[in-house]
Amino acid sequence: MRHIISILMENESGALSRVAGLFSARGYNIESLTVAPTEDPTLSRLTLVTRGSDQVIEQITKQLNKLVDVVKLLDLTEHRHIEREMMLIKLKVQDADQRAEVMRMAEIFRGHIIDVSAATYVVELTGDSEKLDAFVESMGHFEVIEVVRSGVMGIARGDVALKL
Amino acid sequence: MELTGAEIFVRCLQEENVDTLFGYPGGSVLHIYDALYRQDKVEHILVRHEQAAVHAAEGYAKSTGRPGAVLVTSGPGATNAVTGIADAYMDSVPLVVFSGQVPTSLIGNDAFQEVDTVGITRPCVKHNFLVKDVKDLATTIKKAFYVATTGRPGPVVVDIPKDITADKCEFHYPRSIKMRSYNPTVKGHPGQIRRAVDLMLSAHQPVIYSGGGVILSNASKSLTELTRLLNYPITNTLMGLGAYPSSDRQFMGMLGMHGTYEANMAMHHADVLIAIGARFDDRVTGNIEKFCPNARIVHVDVDPASISKNVKVDVPIVGQVDSVLKAMIKEIKAGERRPDPEPLENWWKQIDEWRSMDCLKYDRDSELIKPQYVLETLHRLTKGDAFVTSDVGQHQMWAAQFYGFDKPNRWINSGGLGTMGFGLPAAIGTQLAHRDETVVCVTGEASIQMCIQELSTALQYHLPIKVVALNNRYMGMVRQWQEFFYQGRYAMSYMDALPDFVQLAEAYGHVGMRIESPGDVEGALKEALDMKDRLVFMDFITDQSENVYPMIPAGAGQNEMILL
Ligand SMILES: Cc1ncc(C[n+]2csc(CCOP(=O)(O)OP(=O)(O)O)c2C)c(N)n1
Repeated sequence: MRHIISILMENESGALSRVAGLFSARGYNIESLTVAPTEDPTLSRLTLVTRGSDQVIEQITKQLNKLVDVVKLLDLTEHRHIEREMMLIKLKVQDADQRAEVMRMAEIFRGHIIDVSAATYVVELTGDSEKLDAFVESMGHFEVIEVVRSGVMGIARGDVALKL
Repeated sequence: MELTGAEIFVRCLQEENVDTLFGYPGGSVLHIYDALYRQDKVEHILVRHEQAAVHAAEGYAKSTGRPGAVLVTSGPGATNAVTGIADAYMDSVPLVVFSGQVPTSLIGNDAFQEVDTVGITRPCVKHNFLVKDVKDLATTIKKAFYVATTGRPGPVVVDIPKDITADKCEFHYPRSIKMRSYNPTVKGHPGQIRRAVDLMLSAHQPVIYSGGGVILSNASKSLTELTRLLNYPITNTLMGLGAYPSSDRQFMGMLGMHGTYEANMAMHHADVLIAIGARFDDRVTGNIEKFCPNARIVHVDVDPASISKNVKVDVPIVGQVDSVLKAMIKEIKAGERRPDPEPLENWWKQIDEWRSMDCLKYDRDSELIKPQYVLETLHRLTKGDAFVTSDVGQHQMWAAQFYGFDKPNRWINSGGLGTMGFGLPAAIGTQLAHRDETVVCVTGEASIQMCIQELSTALQYHLPIKVVALNNRYMGMVRQWQEFFYQGRYAMSYMDALPDFVQLAEAYGHVGMRIESPGDVEGALKEALDMKDRLVFMDFITDQSENVYPMIPAGAGQNEMILL
């Protein structure tokens, strides 16, 4: 199953490589990974998406918890949660029809056009990963110049929170 | 008063009561060596190769229960130490390894003798640090010892750039340390302990399976008390030997690939398995699909990640082994309930039947020296009370099978990583920690050559180690596998061009002996053991064709042993 694991860890240079190294050393897969400092500058928050059987996920969370730099973690998938990912996608637009279509699709997906040139549009879009996939798919007949995705981040709904 | 980083380093070691530091100098640690030179509380032991420094520190740690300390220079000093660090990681040995590093201004520039020590060691340490400011040095060293020795112990590397050892600041050593990201569980959950005791008392065919965690947690006494209280059969892993007295009736011997028939059969037929400080290693379980098919499992371990890693367990208890065992004993004693005597009696009958197979038998009338006989005789002459280190191979398994250990911390071997070359340096560390005790290194003619240079260290520090080399002119364990599984094609396992070990020992300033017939074994051992102030290298020319029995072949279950 797909799991979104959120981790609070010491904001130190080696911490990220410990997490990444654990996954490669033990043969776990990482689908996406995002990391940034939190409101407390000594902590950073890392969100990763992985897949595995229940037993594998149990091992992953235990092994992550065992890393000395990991302060706390939460498997968001075990709680009601919100998942978001951001995408920037650059498309080739050659005529007025194409421009109109991209604008329309962007609107349907609640995206924004954030850059315009003679022959390109950049669309910014947030949502869960499936929504972003759907948008890319619906642009299939356009020439996609590049796609940048942030990787998934998430937060639990209600009272559940990952904090110290 | 302000001190230099090098002086702070030395003061920290003193604060941690480090009496012995194993190391080897080099450019990046010269300030530290200078500071060591100017004090006399920490004794520095100069090894002949950095791998040996780490193994020696492991021997020191495994035989005393105190953390070992190592100091190596940057670059090749650090990379040479990696094998030892990985070894300590696999066997959960508490160590702090200090490595020099190029000055901070040069890090990342491919400077002379620069390697990314923190990066290289990351996958084989419990934790590691790069010190970037002299003001952090003392706290980092405090943290290093704290992390290395608490929870599931392990090696911690502290990488110290050269400029940090020259920089100055006020010295203040923290009395205690708290780390928000590191809080090992000590006490087991009372509810889980109650559930475990219930399950244990309901057993008809119980087995206690205990490992190195018992020794690390100093829990031999509690383990013995619990085992006797229940009158249950017990088996130890390779790493756990000595945690329960092997001469006791309830002890079934070691389990696993070269464990006894009775221990493995009892495991296979158990209805309740009580795993204590053991980690269900593949050399223990055999084919995991066939492992303990009928057992419900209690597992006590300080490391949550060891629980249900290889085998799903029914009652997990995370906690320090000794404290959990004590709580179990208390719980049992407080209640009325005791194990049902009748099924237990039948179970013991069954176990005695397996025992009567005498699975460790060997040809006692051979004209050739049987390695088993050497170890049995060694046991008899040392009254089972020696510290025994070992290398890796057949001799290791024979030592484990035939030198009945009655006390913990006496059997010092490389179990997890299986590092040839471990034995001699480990004996050095052990002998330094136990100057007046008998320390024996059981080895093979292949393994000993991997760290043979340490004979020189042993001379320098007057260490009267007794080297028992079981010389079969083969990498015996490799030869055995080739005989069993490769139709006798002995690819590269013959030890050609062997040195004359007697002359070699003498060249290093020690006593050498060659023993070629069974009749001379006892006399030679006696003579060697009586030489209290000399290292004696005994080269036993043993039967080349001898194999380690019994054996669970790879892929088989514990009930599918090959017997002699
Ligand atoms: C550093 C290292 N290299 C290779 C091996 C693989 N290996 C395991 S046992 C063994 C043979 C050991 O031979 P010897 O020391 O003579 O002991 P014996 O098995 O003959 O008792 C080898 C090569 C190892 N364990 N460690």
